Amino acid sequence: MRYLIGRLLWALLILVGTTAITFAIVFLVPGDPARVVAGPRADAATIASIRRELALDLPVPVQYGRYVARLVRGDLGRSYATREPVAEILARRLPSTALLAATGLGIAIVIGLAGGLVTAPLAGTWVDRAALVSSLALLSAPVFWLGMLALYYVGYRWRLLPLGGAGDVRHLVLPALVLGSGTGVYYARLLHTNLVGVLGADYVRAARARGASELRVVAVHALRNASLPLLTVIGLDFAALLNGVVLTETVFHWPGLGRLAFDAVLSLDVPVIMGTVLLSAFLVVASNLAIDLLYRVVDPRIRLG
Amino acid sequence: MRGARSLLRLGLAMGAFLVLVAVIGPTVAPYDPAAPVAPQLAEPLPPAAPFYLGTDDLGRDVLSRLLYGARISLLVGVVAMAVTMVIGTAIGLGAGYFGGGVDVVLMRITDVMLAFPGLLLAVALVAVLRPSVWTIFVVIGLVSWTGVARVIRSEVLSLRERDFVLAARALGARHGRILRRHVLVNVVPTILVIAALSTSGTILLDAGLSFLGIGVPPPTSTWGRMIQEATAYYRVAPWLMLFPGAAVLYAVLTFNFIAYGLAGDGRAPGA
Repeated sequence: MRYLIGRLLWALLILVGTTAITFAIVFLVPGDPARVVAGPRADAATIASIRRELALDLPVPVQYGRYVARLVRGDLGRSYATREPVAEILARRLPSTALLAATGLGIAIVIGLAGGLVTAPLAGTWVDRAALVSSLALLSAPVFWLGMLALYYVGYRWRLLPLGGAGDVRHLVLPALVLGSGTGVYYARLLHTNLVGVLGADYVRAARARGASELRVVAVHALRNASLPLLTVIGLDFAALLNGVVLTETVFHWPGLGRLAFDAVLSLDVPVIMGTVLLSAFLVVASNLAIDLLYRVVDPRIRLG
Repeated sequence: MRGARSLLRLGLAMGAFLVLVAVIGPTVAPYDPAAPVAPQLAEPLPPAAPFYLGTDDLGRDVLSRLLYGARISLLVGVVAMAVTMVIGTAIGLGAGYFGGGVDVVLMRITDVMLAFPGLLLAVALVAVLRPSVWTIFVVIGLVSWTGVARVIRSEVLSLRERDFVLAARALGARHGRILRRHVLVNVVPTILVIAALSTSGTILLDAGLSFLGIGVPPPTSTWGRMIQEATAYYRVAPWLMLFPGAAVLYAVLTFNFIAYGLAGDGRAPGA
């Protein structure tokens, strides 16, 4: 319990840290949000009044203080560009990004488990080597390029799936596959390594000696221990997955948070930038915390303390 | 293991070719990469002699642009990797060797950095520092050192307790000397593996930034930029994205082969 409280406090501190850094960076940008909001033809008086209205005339630390004070009350502010509450914009965009990220992660885990389980018993054979080289090739391809290839062949030449955008499940297939496959082969490689290490362990040999079937040995005895390090990586990798989300959403015109955040940075829409950074930092911190707790379920030997 | 050694050899051979192209690329390029050379300029020409990889929407020769782009793409990857490695190694060494409060503070900073969406951070930083080749070097280094720091730290944590370090300390050696002569030299094999791995990471990140339109600014034609420019034409002129993407894949694969080859037995390095 004390462990959990410590972890939660620390998570909170990380979130505060990310807001402070983001705020500092955004206000270092050599641009004037008020000018961007006012548009290219606005005169000096209009810009000045907008600056006053958005409280941009106050010193940056004061602005940050006011931002945090509002944040504590659950107010994320309003977009400079559309005057819409940031919370509403995030709530509207989150489901499609969550759907894409969750499907991508699911595909990655399936590929990882299947790939690891299939290739581990074949370690050292040519099949294993061919699997390694092809996984490395897939890992080395830029995710947005894979997306464009998929759009060109599957969407345009073979006309099997729609050319980007969002809608039903057919729109989800390509972006999720592109997002998940690279991560999946990486997981497969990690699981492979761990399984090979574990398959020589005494308890696995003991299980074999007792006459357990090979499937049971690998899938039950070895997998349980080999998947532990994988859990950590999935947690740590979550931020990397979000990077992939930004690029994938751009290629497939997927109306999610990644694209929103990117556009907000370019247009200096500070409240939206802050909101998306805070949300993704929250997701990363929460996933790491969840993984930590999950450890306990998978491996009862670990005592949190 | 034999497999690992042949992987390393393959990677080094591919790397030698990459360096060769980067060095002599501009000399052997058939055309000026910035000049409209195609007979008709209105639409891109598919690959056919004398434009072996086709031409783009401005009538420029794709092969020449690729050859010219090799140098800058490789340079960004290697220099950004160096920045990444210097920051990551310094923080990892400090945290692992000194332990205690230093470790806590440095690792907390690392945790905060890890919580950031790296690509967005890079976008914001590029906006702050204004796009230039130097900005790209620094920004990629600033957003990708965390993994390096973690790996180095865990290596140093175990090295610190080894007998030869204790002996050096008992003999009255200063921290700087112990770090340099006893700790750092023993981390070198790990550093080599992560350096190769992080080069493939920085090349991909640079390509991603270019694809979002904030990479190395024009008129320099990087491979990532060529892919970005090709997005509007991917249906009518797929060769415009196909070849630069394949070039990025080749470069990244080269460094992945080297990293996995150095790490041995096909295990995923750095994890």
